[in-house]
Amino acid sequence: MPEGVLEIDRISKRYGEVVALQNMSFDVRAGELFGFVGSNGAGKTTTMRIALGVLAADSGEVRWNGRAVDLDTRRRIGYMPEERGLYPRMRVLDQLVYLAELHGMSTNSAHTSAENWIARLGLRDRRTDEVQRLSLGNQQRVQLAAALVHEPDVLVLDEPFSGLDPVAVDVMSHVLREKASSGVPVVFSSHQLDLVERLCDRVGIVSAGSMVASGTVDELRSGGVPRLVVESPTTDWTATLDGVRVIEKNGTRCVLELASGVDDQAVLHAALAAGPVHEFSRQRPTLTELFRNVVTTEARST
Amino acid sequence: MTSARAVSLVARREFVTKVRTRSFLIGTAVIIAVLAGYVVLQSVLFDDQQRSVVGLSGQATQLADPLRQKAKSFGIEVETRDVTTVENAEQQVRDGSLDALVTGAPPALKMIVKGSGDEVLTTALNDVLRQQVLVAQLAEAGITPQQVAQNLANVSVAVTALEPVDPQRGQRLAIGLIVAALLYYSLLVYGTMVAQGVVEEKSSRVVEILLATVRPWQLLLGKVIGLGAVGLLQLLVISTIGLGLSSAFDVIDVGALGGTALLTGVLWYLLGFFLYATVFAAAASLVSRQEELQSVLTPISMTIIVAFVAGINLMIGSPSGPTVTVLSLLPPFAPILMPGRMAMGVATTWQVVLAIVLALAAIAAITWLGGKVYANAVLRTGARVKLREALRT
Repeated sequence: MPEGVLEIDRISKRYGEVVALQNMSFDVRAGELFGFVGSNGAGKTTTMRIALGVLAADSGEVRWNGRAVDLDTRRRIGYMPEERGLYPRMRVLDQLVYLAELHGMSTNSAHTSAENWIARLGLRDRRTDEVQRLSLGNQQRVQLAAALVHEPDVLVLDEPFSGLDPVAVDVMSHVLREKASSGVPVVFSSHQLDLVERLCDRVGIVSAGSMVASGTVDELRSGGVPRLVVESPTTDWTATLDGVRVIEKNGTRCVLELASGVDDQAVLHAALAAGPVHEFSRQRPTLTELFRNVVTTEARST
Repeated sequence: MTSARAVSLVARREFVTKVRTRSFLIGTAVIIAVLAGYVVLQSVLFDDQQRSVVGLSGQATQLADPLRQKAKSFGIEVETRDVTTVENAEQQVRDGSLDALVTGAPPALKMIVKGSGDEVLTTALNDVLRQQVLVAQLAEAGITPQQVAQNLANVSVAVTALEPVDPQRGQRLAIGLIVAALLYYSLLVYGTMVAQGVVEEKSSRVVEILLATVRPWQLLLGKVIGLGAVGLLQLLVISTIGLGLSSAFDVIDVGALGGTALLTGVLWYLLGFFLYATVFAAAASLVSRQEELQSVLTPISMTIIVAFVAGINLMIGSPSGPTVTVLSLLPPFAPILMPGRMAMGVATTWQVVLAIVLALAAIAAITWLGGKVYANAVLRTGARVKLREALRT
């Protein structure tokens, strides 16, 4: 069973004047699903391409099990590039066998593995069709099979869920989960934050070429500015409290943001003093809100 | 995985994929059909040229035997036909079933032809006529014509050739031209195929997956070897069938000449292909779409076309002239001109060796440079990559 850690260590990359990556660092451990989120152009794809050796970094290092990744270890990575790519006029089976062989498998095991993934991803009827004759959804499945066919020790997938129908999303999620639980570190990028939140063990948020936040979803959500949801007939009472700001008001329901050090119990007392309180809860931000927060703060600071 | 395994995997894919395509099978069949058509046409024309049908009417019919013999000594074959009505025969000359019609009685013979009469035939007829007159006059003077004829037959000029003409010169020229034409075709077609393959991988983005597991030079070399082998296979199939047909139809006396030409052709195909394929691949790696391919390939195709067109003309004119000799030594032109000149038997050993050495040196330089351009440009999609940028990084 493959065991190990994929480390991205302070990678930087410039294109002329444009800084694409600046000290990008994170690691993905064995058996872990790592979600890589960030707005377009934040540097996700560049990071993955550097990890796969398709691009060269200006500085920094990618390590696998503590050793710098070279061509031989790279062969053990399963990769799905952002821009999908397969030979359009090659048959599904031939294509997968070829890719498995290129990744170092013997011809026999390449055949076995290709047939295995074709069956598992529901492509059996299409195995001798040319890729260009397949529907977009099926092409995506072949693309996934192409990343998995050599039984990789690490999976790096750039936007694996984009363009998938709900059924295919389930298939993909299932396969990734399964790979992770078999001890393979899996890193993938996505814009579907609800999916990332549901699926990933850990999440990294990228902005302007750097990792600005990373951790488990719970860790990320419990950090940040505390917020309260209060349902009471009026909000006039908040004006008397220091460090409390109404950021959203919807009928009798409002969302308050507390400055650091403000006691929420004091807020509750003030609310009760003003009238009946029907709901009083701590609001934990969703990943989407966190993401928005991080990205806008970054944008403001630069 | 070793580099050799990576290269051979890529080469095998290129070979199998290409050989399986319909375009390869149809293309090869079309070339063979054209070749066969040419050979058959050539043999028919050859036959036709050598035989003239001459109609003889009235007293001229007595010339049939001497005319046939005389013509044979001139290297042409004459078939004679006795005709009864001149009008009918004239019509036959008009529609081409007779090449000439001879009427009247010696010495006042008339020959009727459609356009211009065949010069050899006319000369033969004149000779026959003069001989007849001579025989008649000798007989009148009381001399035995047979004795005179025998004496005449024994007289001839002894010719000493300072530069003997190769009796096979025509055949050598033909083989040289065919070899040059086949190499021209193979280099252009298979070079373009390499270029298309590079762009296909680039435009379909599969190259990103491939380069995550093989190095650029392995991918490039595998592609060149794989497609080069397809070209070689086609060249061998075409040549073998071509040589077979030619000997079957007696167009060219194949023998050793054809075999040597085939070997020379294969050697120069390999040299030429490795020289040009890398250039084609490097040029193709600069663009991202098939539509843009033409613009970067034109300078390379033009070089091959110029080498062929100019070379062929020079070769027919003077195969050992200084221009064609120098051109046939230079790497860009050598793969087309040198095998042609070798087949014609005009290339000296030192020229051949020098051309091969220069070609090998050029291959080494081009492979290094082209590999560099390819490695730098093949992952850059979008706008066309400038050659200078691809060389710098």
